[in-house]
Amino acid sequence: MASVDQTMSDGHHGPARGITRWLYTTNHKDIGTLYLLFSLLMFFIGGCMALTIRAELFQPGLQMVMPEFFNQMTTMHGLIMVFGAVMPAFVGLANWMIPIMVGAPDMALPRMNNWSFWILPFAFTMMLSTLLMEGGGPNFGWTFYAPLSTTYAPPSVTFFIFAVHMMGISSIMGAINVIATILNMRAPGMKLMQMPLFVWTWLITAFLLIAVMPVLAGVVTMMLMDIHFGTSFFDAAGGGDPVLFQHVFWFFGHPEVYIMILPAFGVVSEIIPTFARKRLFGYASMVYATASIAFLSFIVWAHHMFTVGMPLAGELFFMFTTMLIAVPTGVKVFNWIATMFRGSMTFETPMLFALAFVVLFTIGGFSGLMLSIAPADFQYHDTYFVVAHFHYVLVPGSVFSIMAAAYYWLPKWTGHMYNESMGKLHFWLSFIGVNITFFPMHFLGLAGMPRRIPDYALQFADFNMVATVGAFIFGFSQLLFVYNVVCCIRSGKQATDEVWEGSRGLEWQLSSPPPYHSYSTPPTAEQLSKASH
Amino acid sequence: MSTQSHSSSESQSYYVPSQSRWPLLASIALFLIAYGAGSLMNAMSANSGGGVGLTLLLLGALIMGLVLTGWFGHVIDESQAGLYSDQMDRSFRWGMSWFIFSEVMFFAAFFGTLFYVRTLAVPWLGGEGEKGVSNMLWQNFEATWPLMQTPDMEAFPGPEGLIDPWHLPLLNTLLLVSSSITVTIAHKALKQNRRPAVTLWLTITVLLGAAFLVFQVMEYVEAYNELGLTLQAGIYGATFFILTGFHGMHVTLGAFMLLIILLRVMRGHFSPQSHFGFEAVCWYWHFVDVVWIGLFLFVYIL
Repeated sequence: MASVDQTMSDGHHGPARGITRWLYTTNHKDIGTLYLLFSLLMFFIGGCMALTIRAELFQPGLQMVMPEFFNQMTTMHGLIMVFGAVMPAFVGLANWMIPIMVGAPDMALPRMNNWSFWILPFAFTMMLSTLLMEGGGPNFGWTFYAPLSTTYAPPSVTFFIFAVHMMGISSIMGAINVIATILNMRAPGMKLMQMPLFVWTWLITAFLLIAVMPVLAGVVTMMLMDIHFGTSFFDAAGGGDPVLFQHVFWFFGHPEVYIMILPAFGVVSEIIPTFARKRLFGYASMVYATASIAFLSFIVWAHHMFTVGMPLAGELFFMFTTMLIAVPTGVKVFNWIATMFRGSMTFETPMLFALAFVVLFTIGGFSGLMLSIAPADFQYHDTYFVVAHFHYVLVPGSVFSIMAAAYYWLPKWTGHMYNESMGKLHFWLSFIGVNITFFPMHFLGLAGMPRRIPDYALQFADFNMVATVGAFIFGFSQLLFVYNVVCCIRSGKQATDEVWEGSRGLEWQLSSPPPYHSYSTPPTAEQLSKASH
Repeated sequence: MSTQSHSSSESQSYYVPSQSRWPLLASIALFLIAYGAGSLMNAMSANSGGGVGLTLLLLGALIMGLVLTGWFGHVIDESQAGLYSDQMDRSFRWGMSWFIFSEVMFFAAFFGTLFYVRTLAVPWLGGEGEKGVSNMLWQNFEATWPLMQTPDMEAFPGPEGLIDPWHLPLLNTLLLVSSSITVTIAHKALKQNRRPAVTLWLTITVLLGAAFLVFQVMEYVEAYNELGLTLQAGIYGATFFILTGFHGMHVTLGAFMLLIILLRVMRGHFSPQSHFGFEAVCWYWHFVDVVWIGLFLFVYIL
């Protein structure tokens, strides 16, 4: 590869004018921005649903919403946050950063890239419109277990199924693009084991996406057949099995949770070395650990279903494979800490979010280890302990890493610095809010409070009240982030090319903001060695 | 869309296309298809007609057809204009390989379903194995495979007969395997630049694919009219139709792709050195062939 063909019809190398720039774009930076903005919008929509849930749970009894609507809120909150907020945010980061980090002119298949994005607004419009349909929206939990989602589902489930199909198509095309870009578009001389860790984690994530999104498509297709065409996949009366749904769903679902965390590992592995002013400790072991986690994710799925009635050999197999995941994850946490050991650390906002990620994700990892013990899981299953666990890995895990990435690369994207004090305030409010929200849920769960209920026994009242207060602190403090981003774009002070004192990667050698087409000739060997990890 | 200017100052360059309307139009079409199909199915299940759903579905399909024609046409024009480098060619190869891998995983979900039902769920329902306790639901139920007697014969009347694997399915196996061979012969001929042979062997491949589909339809008619083997016939019918049905759809798509490649060959497209579109369709065709071998073994014979 040498040069980029600029085929703008007017001969200019900048973006097109007006709205068509965003509608018809083939530029990875534009598409990355679209993904990130879409994800932010969904984050707030899903967040409003979360606050509705927490407001109802502020006190025992029914105050705000009817149980039927409460169920729709828990379901939609989960679906929106997983498929609308977290996944598109990481795809947005991948779009922006991967071509720059590997020295490529753009993503490998730019038109398909645009298609991957533009499917999403349509899919989520359809998904959200189910809330207004007769019979209400999906009310069976984000895991949509049969027969709740088949025999007993509202008619809107059909549109939910097609929305999932559309998201799947989008994800698969996006992942194919990422893999083709990484494998085929690296600057001459950049070996696989020289790639930034964010690129590595996304390569593995993309593989997971291509492997499991079709399985999700398969399982919703079987639901559709059961609902409308009289098949009995999930109905024992015809020889099928509702547990089959759970097996197929979680074969998708478990790799899916790593799809939401592996890119986060990548982000944190970029940020910590920058602000510790040291190279990442154990680069190769980070790569192998990521690959091991991805492999293990395919053989642990039934730990979500310990209580459903599996043969003992199955319980044991899935328990031990699940525990094995702690090994590569431990390697990662060790490496992040070792990177900081005797480093010259400073604590700008991205670093604060990354550090909180390491600590709080580890708490979520440990509660996961508790849940992996099959006999103990009989007590924890479907309680608030599970809610506490997965929110610890997803909110101060995935979401914090996305925030960290946004602050870290915002000066590069916009060419302006964000307001550091406001960023720090946002961090501390988020950090405190998140812990007030989710830490008490551990106690609620261990005491036996079930998840997905709008009302609860009186002894759970205090911790629920605390959690609700925390949720509102966390939710409203996110407005600070939006305000900070807007100020940064409009009037932040000019950023340097390096932005951070300890920054190394290729992206910091480009101007801030980078040119519309990053590289007209690929980076030289000298640039690559300067950026090498 | 816009006039393409190609600067070949460098020996190798990566073609980044200009703005394109196709992705947005394709998204709109996909939305119409999905929304229309959803409305249609809901209306059918509620027995209340399905006018608007069907209209949206057809409109979406029409737009999608036009978009795909335009988009692929655009890509073909770019390819014919020599805008694609070797590196672009590799991007296409990675793209197609991973797309086929995603299709493999799609079928894996249904094969997994079949294996799970056969070896675990149905025996448990019949009282065998570690979870045989579920036999308490229908205590007279006996587990067999193929499952002729479902637990609840009123809700899901089991099939009266089965497709004999050694008639139509065997014939279909021979057709599809030989079509994989003929498409390979066509590919060889293209590499040796014997274009009449390419046209001939591709035509034979398309015809073999079409014959396969005709026999598959005949098999379905027999299953429905004579054997009572339907979608509603319990888990055997469900797995049978979802596996063979999605395979049949893939054969249809593959045959259509072959037809387009055939038309392109007749128009003089492809060179002995550079013909990735041709190869991609070959890969796809071999993939549907391999899936069929799996079906023949696990759905029909065993």
